Amino acid sequence: MKIIICLKQVPDTRNVRLDPKTNTMSREGVESIMNPYDRHALEEGVSLAAQYGGTVTALSMGPPQAAEMLKEAIACGADQGVLISDRAFAGADTLATTYTLANAVLALGAADLIICGKQAIDGDTAQVGPGLARRLDLAYASCISKIHEVRNDCLLARRMMDDGYDELEITLPALLTVVREINEPRIPSLKGKMNARKAVIKTFNAADIGADTALLGLAGSPTRVARVFAPEVRGERAMLEGTVIEQVKELAAKLEAII
Amino acid sequence: MLKIDEKLCIGCGVCEENCAFGAITVVDDLARVNDKCTLCGNCVDNCEVGALFIEEGEVVPKTDLAAYSGVWVYAEFRQGKIAPVVLELLGAGRGLADERGVKLSAVLLGHNLGDSARELIAQGCDEVLQIDNPALADFTDEPYANVLSTLIKQRRPEIVLAGATAIGRSFIPQVATVVGAGLTADCTELAIDEDGSLLQTRPAFGGNIMATIVCPDTRPQMATVRPMVMKALPPDPHRRGVVEDLKAEQFNLTSRVRVLSSVIAEPDKIRLAEADIVVAGGRGLESAKGFALLNELAEVMGGSVAASRAAVDAGWIDYPYQVGQTGKTVAPKLYICCGISGAIQHLVGMQSSETIIAINRDAAAPIFNVATYGIVADLFEILPLLIDELKGAK
Ligand SMILES: Cc1cc2nc3c(=O)[nH]c(=O)nc-3n(C[C@H](O)[C@H](O)[C@H](O)COP(=O)(O)OP(=O)(O)OC[C@H]3O[C@@H](n4cnc5c(N)ncnc54)[C@H](O)[C@@H]3O)c2cc1C
Ligand SMILES: Cc1cc2nc3c(=O)[nH]c(=O)nc-3n(C[C@H](O)[C@H](O)[C@H](O)COP(=O)(O)OP(=O)(O)OC[C@H]3O[C@@H](n4cnc5c(N)ncnc54)[C@H](O)[C@@H]3O)c2cc1C
Ligand code: SF4
Ligand code: SF4
Repeated sequence: MKIIICLKQVPDTRNVRLDPKTNTMSREGVESIMNPYDRHALEEGVSLAAQYGGTVTALSMGPPQAAEMLKEAIACGADQGVLISDRAFAGADTLATTYTLANAVLALGAADLIICGKQAIDGDTAQVGPGLARRLDLAYASCISKIHEVRNDCLLARRMMDDGYDELEITLPALLTVVREINEPRIPSLKGKMNARKAVIKTFNAADIGADTALLGLAGSPTRVARVFAPEVRGERAMLEGTVIEQVKELAAKLEAII
Repeated sequence: MLKIDEKLCIGCGVCEENCAFGAITVVDDLARVNDKCTLCGNCVDNCEVGALFIEEGEVVPKTDLAAYSGVWVYAEFRQGKIAPVVLELLGAGRGLADERGVKLSAVLLGHNLGDSARELIAQGCDEVLQIDNPALADFTDEPYANVLSTLIKQRRPEIVLAGATAIGRSFIPQVATVVGAGLTADCTELAIDEDGSLLQTRPAFGGNIMATIVCPDTRPQMATVRPMVMKALPPDPHRRGVVEDLKAEQFNLTSRVRVLSSVIAEPDKIRLAEADIVVAGGRGLESAKGFALLNELAEVMGGSVAASRAAVDAGWIDYPYQVGQTGKTVAPKLYICCGISGAIQHLVGMQSSETIIAINRDAAAPIFNVATYGIVADLFEILPLLIDELKGAK
């Protein structure tokens, strides 16, 4: 089984804090990490390859430093890392991103299974997985929380829904997006780390993957970010004071006014 | 690409302050941009000497914008019911359609639809396009995406809205890909600007920033909209509208994914999303016993309990009660959080609640940044007293 995992390098938004005074993002100490959901996608790919036989390619579109993240992916069990990097990709929305990734997948000679994270913690759109599946004309399901079994031409998996879950039979080749509940990602092994150190990350640019520059980056993106701003501070805000009893009485009064 | 006119730049650093992404810094009195730049344009608008500009490169051929008209709402239908978010979208869509002077239509796909179309019309739309077919009984992405994208190509609406639900976030991106439209994810605000285009505002970076997205050159403008944010109109059973039954044969309804079974979680979980009062607990509750205390408070107040992920991970309460980025989004009238620190992943699931009350013993806990009323105290001291006080009042 040929498996491709799509990984995005993202700023660690977990460490991003809003400065309550200026209401701006404090960026100190915010490093670039592997998108947390993609760690689960990778783990699933690596364990499927171990169970059913196959290879795992870690694929990312991003700036040159994303090669570090791909090395980490190799440390966690991927067989190879491929980076698609070109200044022409800058400003890509999800439509241009899926165009680029689809071309990259085709350049790699397709796959039996592509796994993406449910969403990236920076852009937060959850649109790349489904869009990529469409471009490659693959069977697709999102928010997979368990892969039960892989058969010759299909796999059985569980999909999270708002009101519960569905059990699915998905024809291969397919693209899935996964949620965190699917597995516990492994810590890189010593052998993995050594592989990563030796590994050479293949890097392709727009021309290498046969991409039409008019469809890349900002030029190929129908959406434009018109404005970025800090979330609004809420209106009335108060800390209750006094003894515990006084606070409870005041709170109870406020609660009764609301209900 | 973001370009800097080195002759004009005075190194004032305003751009650096205005970049939410840490992508531009002033080095040796000259602004320099790095790879983190998302081309959001914020710095360009703020540079007083006009030293910054975004080079667009080759632009895609313009769509004939005037050929697109009308506002569409995807009317999600599952388990025999219209999803609550659809009514909210019809409320928002009605406003947008009126402002544009166009029709508001709903697209209803599924099986055994009954008279759902009537319900949609009562909630504000002028027209319902529906297909009632067994192939659409279960949700799978392919047939749903095929139908909606074919309809969009045939009829050319200018705006298409869908709920940012598991279903909407799954197949709407496929529709946008097929029709080549811009799609804005998880919007919390929609408006029409002077030129008649749609301003779509959404949180990104885990709720740390808000971004307004536009699609200046393409149609339709597509958006998924977060549930519990827009307001539904009061239903008017006398409203008139047209229901059009579409022939299923003209669409490709085959699917490479088959739903073998569906399991619906206990109704409590659904009640949580719709509850007016939510009482949430976090790691500060220390144990399942702590949640018993929380349950008691919820009971006196007629509310539903909820939890942070830390409490769910600890096994004190089940996952369906989790609120936040990887749990439910709730927007009740009243959200009381006890022993929750206020991590951004929790806040994104509850910060649009009308009134937020936080009880935490750490005065520096970030939860107090979003709380309408805050109490710095031990919750084990406060909660029993509060329960007694509320019981007494009853
Ligand atoms: C503030 C802001 C708001 C934005 N809003 C929108 C919007 O509403 N609509 C829109 O179309 N674009 C939007 N964008 C652009 C969008 O963030 C980029 O297109 C981005 O490249 C992909 O989207 P995402 O980060 O949301 O990924 P998601 O769609 O959330 O990612 C899902 C999965 O796809 C895979 N994946 C995503 N990106 C890559 C990659 N570069 N390489 C390999 N795998 C990847 C990963 O497996 C990931 O887990 C926005 C950007 C910013 C800065
Ligand atoms: C990708 C990702 C997704 C996530 N998704 C979610 C999500 O959906 N929902 C979610 O909630 N989290 C989510 N998290 C986790 C989130 O980052 C936090 O770790 C979590 O919300 C913390 O839960 P907490 O506030 O209960 O615990 P803590 O952060 O440990 O806070 C406990 C608080 O209780 C207070 N306290 C302790 N004892 C008392 C007492 N006796 N009286 C009063 N106060 C007391 C403490 O002062 C502290 O502020 C996610 C994280 C990641 C990385
Ligand atoms: S705001 Fe303009 S002038 Fe000031 S440093 Fe930035 S680019 Fe230069
Ligand atoms: S365009 Fe946006 S991301 Fe790029 S440097 Fe300017 S403010 Fe920062």
